[in-house]
Amino acid sequence: MAYTFSFPEEVLEHVFSFIESEKDRSAISLVCKSWYEIERWCRRRVFVGNCYAVSPVMVIKRFPELRSIALKGKPHFADFNLVPEGWGGYVCPWIAAMACALPCLEEIRLKRMVITDESLELVAKSFKNFKVLVLTSCEGFTTDGLAAIAANCRNLKELDLQESEVEDLSGHWLSHFPDSYTSLVSLNISCLGNEVSLSALERLLGRCPNLQTLRLNRAVPLDRLPNLLSRCPQLVELGTGVYSTELRPEVFSNLEAAFSGCKQLKSLSGFWDVLPSYLPAVYPICSRLTSLNLSYATIQTYDLIKLISQCRNLLRLWVLDYIEDAGLYALAASCKDLRELRVFPSDPFGLDPNVALTEQGLVSVSEGCPKLQSVLYFCRQMSNAALYTIARNRPNLTRFRLCIIEPRTPDYITREPLDSGFGAIVEHCKDLQRLSLSGLLTDRVFEYIGTYGKKLEMLSVAFAGESDLGLHHVLSGCDNLRKLEIRDCPFGDKALLANAAKLETMRSLWMSSCSVSYGACKLLGQKMPRLNVEVIDERGPPDSRPISCPVEKLYIYRSIAGPRLDMPGFVWTMEDDSSLRLESSR
Amino acid sequence: MGSYESELNLKATELRLGLPGNDEPEKRSCSLRSNKRSSLESGVEESRCKTNVNSHASDSTTTSDHDQDSVQPAKVQAVGWPPIRSYRKNSLQQKKVECDGNGMYVKVSMAGAPYLRKIDLKVYKSYPELLMALQTLFKCTFGEYSEREGYNGSEYAPTYEDKDGDWMLVGDVPWNMFVTSCKRLRIIKGSEAKGLGCL
Repeated sequence: MAYTFSFPEEVLEHVFSFIESEKDRSAISLVCKSWYEIERWCRRRVFVGNCYAVSPVMVIKRFPELRSIALKGKPHFADFNLVPEGWGGYVCPWIAAMACALPCLEEIRLKRMVITDESLELVAKSFKNFKVLVLTSCEGFTTDGLAAIAANCRNLKELDLQESEVEDLSGHWLSHFPDSYTSLVSLNISCLGNEVSLSALERLLGRCPNLQTLRLNRAVPLDRLPNLLSRCPQLVELGTGVYSTELRPEVFSNLEAAFSGCKQLKSLSGFWDVLPSYLPAVYPICSRLTSLNLSYATIQTYDLIKLISQCRNLLRLWVLDYIEDAGLYALAASCKDLRELRVFPSDPFGLDPNVALTEQGLVSVSEGCPKLQSVLYFCRQMSNAALYTIARNRPNLTRFRLCIIEPRTPDYITREPLDSGFGAIVEHCKDLQRLSLSGLLTDRVFEYIGTYGKKLEMLSVAFAGESDLGLHHVLSGCDNLRKLEIRDCPFGDKALLANAAKLETMRSLWMSSCSVSYGACKLLGQKMPRLNVEVIDERGPPDSRPISCPVEKLYIYRSIAGPRLDMPGFVWTMEDDSSLRLESSR
Repeated sequence: MGSYESELNLKATELRLGLPGNDEPEKRSCSLRSNKRSSLESGVEESRCKTNVNSHASDSTTTSDHDQDSVQPAKVQAVGWPPIRSYRKNSLQQKKVECDGNGMYVKVSMAGAPYLRKIDLKVYKSYPELLMALQTLFKCTFGEYSEREGYNGSEYAPTYEDKDGDWMLVGDVPWNMFVTSCKRLRIIKGSEAKGLGCL
């Protein structure tokens, strides 16, 4: 006997409105046709992990009531200059389509995309209730575009330009916020080169009572900081400008008072050109800090230890390797709640190590910080023994990114590859989602990863492996793999073609300076219509070389939008069978 | 894939790294240096990848075990390695350009203190900055500097050893000249400084 429940649509819609996670929303939409329909009309927020996986028209058609969209463009390795200039990631078609069809759009979040001033102007004029603009690692615009946003978006709450490349024409764009504008909650201009109009900034801060986050740029002088802070004592997150100035006693006491006056302050960043004698100004608030980004601060171990040992409640620390093993030992002793540690290299291209930072520092932190989940660590030596210790100490790691600066560096004690060390990491850290490998690695490490890395979603590989077997282990074993990026590894056609179907279950695969032939790319493109197989080669058309010749770079991603139309001259998308048939039937 | 795997095992056992004829594990104190050499060595074996960073460097450095001063040929960096964002690189670069090379660490000793410290002179831009840092580091005071009297009247005074091996009072020469000629620093008691200040 069959019966069906049937709630009125409004009830279902109301129930669905409590479901926020993307995955859950997707699951709901798959239950049945009517749920799909109801769900799509009340979806407010969408995340598109690859802007070329779907077309703007498709998204808007399915979700006509969107309020918030997040888009990612270039592959991650673009951060390291591996993706040639002009590859793509243009947001213009999205903005143009949304300007017409989604007048109620409130939030746009972009990562690694190219956005022009024209697009910014269109955003400013088209969305009356626009609230949030976050541009992470984006490029293509100038401060003129920002002026348009400032001038027109009366309800703007968030303007975040994190690490974007902005052509800074002048600091006057900030003055375009009208006097009647008071809704700012978050402002991040840390990437801008020029000085913004400080008096305009002071007035802006003074009239925005809900401001919680303020990340200034390097050009803001330290002696103006107390004045700025006095306008917004409710601040929760602060990024300072340059952290040095002529030594004058009143600057220090003003600074100390200003910091102490911000009773809600939990997060600090900035600290360019730190003058150590001004660091004590933050001591009074250290015990409240949960997040500290000192990755631009060239301070020595001693000063770092003094600062960090007072930050008992620290959850996240980003720091340069000036912290050294001694500083990390102190960190492990003082900051028992630490969740995330990132240690960046102060001299990445130097031939000799300039600081006393080794694998020991990381081992200390793994021992002393029971809640440590996320690690990014640059160093010059590592051992399997240290990796075993870290793995056994911290099975709760979810992100482990290790960069041993010299490619193919073996275990410095035994001279062996680091296969078993990384193997221990994947074996013990059962919830590991993200892993970056480095050092000397054979195919064996990939066997471990394929066997144990069942929750792994993102894997980054460089200068590793010996044969296609390595790649095969990963593609066949990692059930949850979404993003795989590989450079300078001897992986070729076999593993790729044998695991073609796997590629459709992933967001993307990047391979550069490997051994995948043009022929294999063509075959893959032909057989997999729902994959875009992009050959990126600055040597000229791949047709001009033998079909067995390896391609320079390969970017494969699943897509329901078909090949993109905005490719530059050095990118070729391999045609699938259907388009070939069309060609031959003309 | 069965035969593939046995092929792999053979290969794995063939893979040996280290200097030719040297099978002993390196001592830990030499680890950083030897680490670098063996990876140069492995660069020769790896011929598949386009960006072969180290091959041309290996010949000149595999001969001497303990020669710390062997001249390393200029390294050809692989594009995008190490993986640091341009944003971060540029920030570091700016600092480097100002500093004109690696950090300039000098030892700092203080009369009566049981151990020495090291500071990076390149971090400071002027005498007041350096003096403030030294005073903080060693919890002492220098007082006012004057050309005539030196640090007369103060509890401690900063001195430095210059390129010629002479002990000088900090503050006499222009800052840039000081930075390039200072080999080490020593904080002495004010009473000892009297001899230096007055000439």
